[in-house]
Amino acid sequence: MEPKILEAKSIFKSFHTPITIPVLKDINFSINRGDFVSITGKSGCGKSTLLYILSTMDTDYEGDLLIDGISMRGKKEGELAKVRNEKIGFVFQFHYLLNEFSVIKNVMLPGLKLAAMSDKEVEARAYEKLKMLGIENEALKLPNQLSGGQKQRVAIARALINDPLIIMGDEPTGNLDKKNGEIVFNVFKELAEVYHQSLLIVTHDNEFAARTHRIIEMEDGKIIN
Amino acid sequence: MNIKLLASVSKSLLLARWKQTLVAAVGVTFSITMFITLLGFMAGLNTMLDNLILNRTPHIHLYNEIEPSKNQPISRATEFKDNYNFISSIKPKNERQEIYNSSAIYEALLKDDRVLGVAPKVMAQVFYNVGSIDLTGVINGIDVEAENRLFKFSDYITSGQFIDLKNIPNSIILGKGAAEKMMANIGDVIQVTTTKGERIPLKVVGYFQSGIQEIDKVQSYASIVTTQKLLGESNNYITDLQVRLKDLAMAPMMAKEYHQLFEIEAVDIQTANSQFETGSSIRTLISYAVGITLLIVAGFGIYNILNMMIYEKMDSIAILKATGFSGKDVHKIFIAIALSIGIFGGILGLLFGFGLSAIIDQVPFNTASLPTVKTYPIDYNPKFYLIGGIFSIVTTYFAGYFPSKKASKIDPVVIIRGK
Repeated sequence: MEPKILEAKSIFKSFHTPITIPVLKDINFSINRGDFVSITGKSGCGKSTLLYILSTMDTDYEGDLLIDGISMRGKKEGELAKVRNEKIGFVFQFHYLLNEFSVIKNVMLPGLKLAAMSDKEVEARAYEKLKMLGIENEALKLPNQLSGGQKQRVAIARALINDPLIIMGDEPTGNLDKKNGEIVFNVFKELAEVYHQSLLIVTHDNEFAARTHRIIEMEDGKIIN
Repeated sequence: MNIKLLASVSKSLLLARWKQTLVAAVGVTFSITMFITLLGFMAGLNTMLDNLILNRTPHIHLYNEIEPSKNQPISRATEFKDNYNFISSIKPKNERQEIYNSSAIYEALLKDDRVLGVAPKVMAQVFYNVGSIDLTGVINGIDVEAENRLFKFSDYITSGQFIDLKNIPNSIILGKGAAEKMMANIGDVIQVTTTKGERIPLKVVGYFQSGIQEIDKVQSYASIVTTQKLLGESNNYITDLQVRLKDLAMAPMMAKEYHQLFEIEAVDIQTANSQFETGSSIRTLISYAVGITLLIVAGFGIYNILNMMIYEKMDSIAILKATGFSGKDVHKIFIAIALSIGIFGGILGLLFGFGLSAIIDQVPFNTASLPTVKTYPIDYNPKFYLIGGIFSIVTTYFAGYFPSKKASKIDPVVIIRGK
């Protein structure tokens, strides 16, 4: 049995404005090392909300969240930022690259922030990741010179730079055409199967979800499957 | 390590909007330039105007005042002790104007550690004879060397050599106004009549211009010996002792002390010229106020530009936070941006301020009343540069503080989900 890297314990969340609406009700599940998990459900079922709670960016919830066996409740903003930096990699629907920096610098930024290695080593690792994703030739370009699919791969490389425990994706293929979406999916699949990387992807694309190892289906703020 | 990273992020955000940042920096530069120039110019002008009086005024002036007797006979009468007495029957008598025992006082003053120097003086009321009319005048008999050392006498001699006063017997340096009236050229001999009716010829060796026309029309300078001769007095006849102190601030206290010690009138410079101090301090206050206002306006400019930058860079801030930058890091990034605008603009401002001051310093400024001043006066006091530098950093820090705080509070979830 692989160790649990992420565990949600009876998470409740409500939006309070304009009136109190419960969005997540009693969410319990866990993810083991090497799992390739997708969360699906209709628009507004709370899947993205759940992802942001799991990612530690949203702290306004009840219940408990364990990452790598450590509770995230009551941690300070700075400590949570460190957890995100070290243990979580993000891929969003929109690529969110910084246009002021070159591709390689974008990939390096979280690594430089973590400062576990020298700048040179971080740079070498960043090239390694870009090579793995087949875009090492674009390293010195600016993000706005790349295609949508390339940008998303840069974003994945950035998510991988610190060898996170888990990669979280919020509709990572949502903005891409069929072909690029396929490329990105294959990247995820390869990460999971070859590199044993844990992944948690929110998607409403059932075809995408069907090809992951495990599907968590949500409806009205509850896990139904 | 972390600082280097934050600095590089700040730098690229800064350079991404370099035109806006430049405008903000120019604002700071402009205000610091004006601050430095204004203060330098104002302080220079203040010093010049003050020196006009202060250089020529003894810190303590010792002399004999003609005054009515303080003990009128009626106040000695016991039966009117409780009454208000307004009869003063004893008028001021024809006292000697000279300082009693002046040489002893002179020696005592020279021995005082707090005293920089003493210049004795003999005042003589005279008439300048011009054809058939007489002009009233005052001849100051001075110790030429002491007067020059302590009161920069030579600065006010527009033609001729001040030392001739000592070297040529029976010589006089005429006030410019008086010389013009008398049409006396250097080398001419003029006639003066003393109050006792004696008529004496004096050779003109120079002109003197104080900058105050009323004085120049009346006053002239001769050596002490010449003046004593003019008055028919002995060589220990001294009417005034002018004391220059090492520390100006001690004048009022020491004047009181001398008044008691030597039993003569002692007037300190602060009492004699209090209006100058007030004028200077108010002018300085106004220039500081204007300079600081300029800086605060520049600060608002920086505030606006940073605010705009934060709205534009909302996505970047969100992603930085999502990938592990804490609110503190984001705060530091924007403070660094603000401070680099402030430091860059401030340094340029100090340089431009110095340049502008130097240019103003070269602008000719000739006025009849100020013979020694040829260009506009500028004070290059390093204090102004220090204040300007510190102030530019402080204002930009505060201008950056609130936008940075706002940036650090940005919730990445709101931004990322909003797309």
